[in-house]
Amino acid sequence: MPRSNVLVDADWVEQHLDDPKVVLVEVDEDTAAYEKNHIRGAVRVDWKQDLQDQIRRDFVNKEQFEKLLSEKGISNDNTIVLYGGNNNWFAAYAYWYFKLYGHDDVKLLDGGRKKWELDSRELVDDVPKREKTSYQAKEPNNDIRAFRDEVVASIGKKNLVDVRSPDEFSGKLLAPAHLPQEQSQRAGHVPSAKNIPWSKAANDDGTFRSDDELKELYSGEGVDFGKDTIAYCRIGERSAHTWFVLHEILDQPNVKNYDGSWTEYGSLVGVPIEKDV
Amino acid sequence: MCGAPEQELSLEGIDVATETVIQGTVTRGGQPEGGAYVRLLDSSGEFTAEVVTSATGAFRFFARPGSWTLRALASGAQADAKVDARQGTVSEASISL
Repeated sequence: MPRSNVLVDADWVEQHLDDPKVVLVEVDEDTAAYEKNHIRGAVRVDWKQDLQDQIRRDFVNKEQFEKLLSEKGISNDNTIVLYGGNNNWFAAYAYWYFKLYGHDDVKLLDGGRKKWELDSRELVDDVPKREKTSYQAKEPNNDIRAFRDEVVASIGKKNLVDVRSPDEFSGKLLAPAHLPQEQSQRAGHVPSAKNIPWSKAANDDGTFRSDDELKELYSGEGVDFGKDTIAYCRIGERSAHTWFVLHEILDQPNVKNYDGSWTEYGSLVGVPIEKDV
Repeated sequence: MCGAPEQELSLEGIDVATETVIQGTVTRGGQPEGGAYVRLLDSSGEFTAEVVTSATGAFRFFARPGSWTLRALASGAQADAKVDARQGTVSEASISL
């Protein structure tokens, strides 16, 4: 799939700000970001409140997803353009999620909110009003979602790509370095996993590197493109970013995101863990 | 939670003795630069984390002991600063764009 089918740049978004078929969706964990300002016409999806079940650890089911999109005024025939902070981590997670529930016409804004801000493009605080719709989702496509048993069974067989920072991979840190480190799970990584931080796939401004650079990155780090791949991180949003690179930009067929990621794996009883410190 | 929390300088509720804190401010022309992106790079130049500065230009990381590079990005400007971090202390760094 050429990247133009899955990625749009900021100029494209500016040209389509008044296109009724296109719905911009800002996806953040930090809800204050959207409230402060956002791209004109964008609706907000809150990663934690809107996309996660509030009782069980899982993401929302098909009916909950339909209700969310209907309330946001999103229709099945809309072109969805996702963007957000944190170098598009949560937007990439939402992208994976839209694909999982069968919305084909979805794209990421390359560089997300950061590139838009660094370019000094227009941001507004008006919240758009959209008419409610009756969105119909498809059954979840678990061909792109990995669960813990499959991860354990894949050790030494499939490509396991740990996209956390080198210090989280080695076990020196339990969380990204902008967060306090107190956590309950064990430190380390899944045996046989390759550490290819998500950040290597992106430029400083948050845009994705070129196809050639990306191919060279993953093959150079030992990913065998002839094998199936599972990507994981700590809670599944950075690995959604890498899933996007491998499955959507590089068009690799069998790539799954393990959204349980290290907060699940590092808490499992009896599974193997490798630690370098 | 995995995204960067709101950047403020209060350390209330955080056990500083066990953390390796790097914090500081980004300024442009002597004025605090809110909304700048600060990237924490390890000694090999590898990306480790990124936060957005508060309205007062403040940023903070929870790292591990060692040498780090801070890279601030803002509209039309970019600057680096070096910092050595130690566990149990708050290492301060300022970055001028």
